[in-house]
Amino acid sequence: MPLEEIVAGYGLLGVIAYAVLAGADFGGGIWDLFAGGPRRVQQRVAIAHAMGPVWEANHVWLIFVIVLLFTAFPPAFAALSIALFVPFHLVLIGITLRGAAFVFRGPEIRGPSASPWGTVFGVASVITPVLLGMSVGAVSAGSLRVNEGQVRIEGPPPWLAPVSVTMGALALATCAYLAAVYLTNETDGPLREDFRRRALLAGTVVVALAVLALPLIYWEAPDLWKGLMSVRVAPVLAAGAVVALVSGWALWRSRFRLARVATVGHVALLLLGWGLAQYPYLIYPDVTLHKAAANAATLRFVAVAVPVGLLVLLPSLWLLFRVFKGETART
Amino acid sequence: MDTLTAARAQMGLSLGFHMVFAAFGIGLPLLMVIAEGLWLRTGRPHYLELARKWGKATGLLFAIGAVSGTALSFELGLLWPVFMKFAGAAVGPAFALEGFAFFIEAIFLGLYLYGWDRLSPRAHWLAGIPVAVSGMLSGAIVVAVNAWMQTPVGFERGPHGELVSVDPLAPFRTPSWVHLAVHSTLSCYTAVGFAVAGVYAAGLLRGRRDDYHRAGLTLAMLLGAAAALLMPLSGDLNGRVVAKHQPAKLAAMEALFETRAGAPLLIGGLPDPATGTVRFGLEIPYGLSLLAAHDPNAVIRGLNDFPSDERPDVVWVHLAFQVMVGAGFLLAALGLWFLWAWWRGRVVESRRLLQALLLGSPLGFVALEAGWVVTELGRQPWTVYGVMRTREAVTPAAEVTASLAVFTLLYLGLAAVLVVLLRRLATGGPSGAKGGSHAA
Repeated sequence: MPLEEIVAGYGLLGVIAYAVLAGADFGGGIWDLFAGGPRRVQQRVAIAHAMGPVWEANHVWLIFVIVLLFTAFPPAFAALSIALFVPFHLVLIGITLRGAAFVFRGPEIRGPSASPWGTVFGVASVITPVLLGMSVGAVSAGSLRVNEGQVRIEGPPPWLAPVSVTMGALALATCAYLAAVYLTNETDGPLREDFRRRALLAGTVVVALAVLALPLIYWEAPDLWKGLMSVRVAPVLAAGAVVALVSGWALWRSRFRLARVATVGHVALLLLGWGLAQYPYLIYPDVTLHKAAANAATLRFVAVAVPVGLLVLLPSLWLLFRVFKGETART
Repeated sequence: MDTLTAARAQMGLSLGFHMVFAAFGIGLPLLMVIAEGLWLRTGRPHYLELARKWGKATGLLFAIGAVSGTALSFELGLLWPVFMKFAGAAVGPAFALEGFAFFIEAIFLGLYLYGWDRLSPRAHWLAGIPVAVSGMLSGAIVVAVNAWMQTPVGFERGPHGELVSVDPLAPFRTPSWVHLAVHSTLSCYTAVGFAVAGVYAAGLLRGRRDDYHRAGLTLAMLLGAAAALLMPLSGDLNGRVVAKHQPAKLAAMEALFETRAGAPLLIGGLPDPATGTVRFGLEIPYGLSLLAAHDPNAVIRGLNDFPSDERPDVVWVHLAFQVMVGAGFLLAALGLWFLWAWWRGRVVESRRLLQALLLGSPLGFVALEAGWVVTELGRQPWTVYGVMRTREAVTPAAEVTASLAVFTLLYLGLAAVLVVLLRRLATGGPSGAKGGSHAA
């Protein structure tokens, strides 16, 4: 297997880790913003409690992906930075305000109405995943052209293409779904029921958006469609759909641990399918993994350094999640 | 404003902002671990209170450091896509190693901040150690990227100027890395030590002469003074690397317009690049030749030796260098004064010392920022010294002036809020036995 494909595989794993971990932290912010009913304060407390110890570590997966991208595929990073100048800046503002507002608000939730920093935290948590989803859509949309290092946009900005906007909405709904499912695992009684209902709502939206996305991709991004329906990818997507149904069913029957496992599987499989459908392109249709790859020495370094680093990282992450998310850690 | 100026301003703003939080992320965890270790050893409660307080401050400042650091990793491409396309493969490995260190820091900081009630006291203290160690390591490692930009090595260029053969560890093999890393690490410990000491000096001056304030001042100052006293040595080593590898930068730092043997050391002074003269300066004969080459008659190259489009901005670089060195010597003097008083057990009794420490508490950060201005403006007009000019590296995007305006407002707003929150944290006294369990 060529080195650049191994490194791209690490990158895709990083994207999946960021989505299922940090995605849920954005989802926490979404449900903080839309906290409601008689237990709105408890909802916010549970969200803050679940996010507090882990959100910064979860956030580092984004830096991991970015560093991998500019180390192993520098021309692709340069092209994306030029073409997505505006959405990337908006993402950064969202990330900055989300993180800052979360710590500025502090651990105590006072009173039934949201504090100003709580509102900033919530709004930034809604906007950021939408923009990240739109940026991911932009690399598949086909209107971001790169020729001899010159970036050219055909028509409207690629991140505003219908496919990209749908990806943004899908990212938002998925974050909300992940967070609500995880929170059913970290709460009890009526509060858990609150999050179960929210998870069912968000899950329904995810399914509806996925159904809407299919004809859009068929018409607007026929090559992505071809990739998604290929022999290589279709089974992954089918498995993702089955696991998604399992997570919905488990949620319906209040089998929360199963729902959590299935939700992680569903998001991971869909992203894996997207990544495989995108292959061999980093930015469709001009930038391939091969064309954008850095020199062999750098790729070799990354190919070895990442697994070695993970030997230290994964046990540390395991400890973090065991202490705060293990069976004994429930509030 | 043209795109190049706006991009440089945005990069400068983002780095200058991030640097403060990065420094706290390096210095505060060390203080917090030392305080908690002393509590485990002595059982005296004020050490625990200090560890909790410093943990809370670390939680607040680390979060801002993490998000502003994320912004920087994007801004490398958003503002300098040509540079990143050219150099990503050379500097990326250093960023990747820094990323792992930062990841470890974030993981164990989560365990530390939220683990007061979930971990045994010893396990909790042990969780703090990787925070302090990886904080220091991530700073030292990421400086390698800058070192490579100052003194690039370990690559070959192809027919179109692209990198064809790269040593992934080149940033760590540059002649400047070790000295820059030591210098920047010491500067972080100095800045944080003196800044924290100022908080407790203020408390002691207001009559709060309890163990909590005494220990807070002493621990912070022992760190700050030790680092500040090592700084002149580290600065000398750095200066000689600059003299050897970046002579134009040295000429700008010293406002040396003409090449000469037995060059004097210039203290203060306002350079005038139009006439090539310096007003109001104090010259120490042979000083520069002695410092840069350890030979009083050594020839030092002046700015006249370089084409006019390869000279850094002598006014800014020289003045920033004077500020850094001046602040550095004041800090070293304050450190000596403190150590002398501490040795004699008279720190708290000396109002003058406490007042001086209060006044001097921002100087470490002044020196840190000024030193960074020297390093970066002294590298101009190059992004990669001698290889790629800054104006070649900049983005073709049209919206940089707008993004600069938005980020300026964003960072000013965050800074204002942080000042208020940190003041509240600093004047809140000990956090008490219960209050710290959700420090964030």
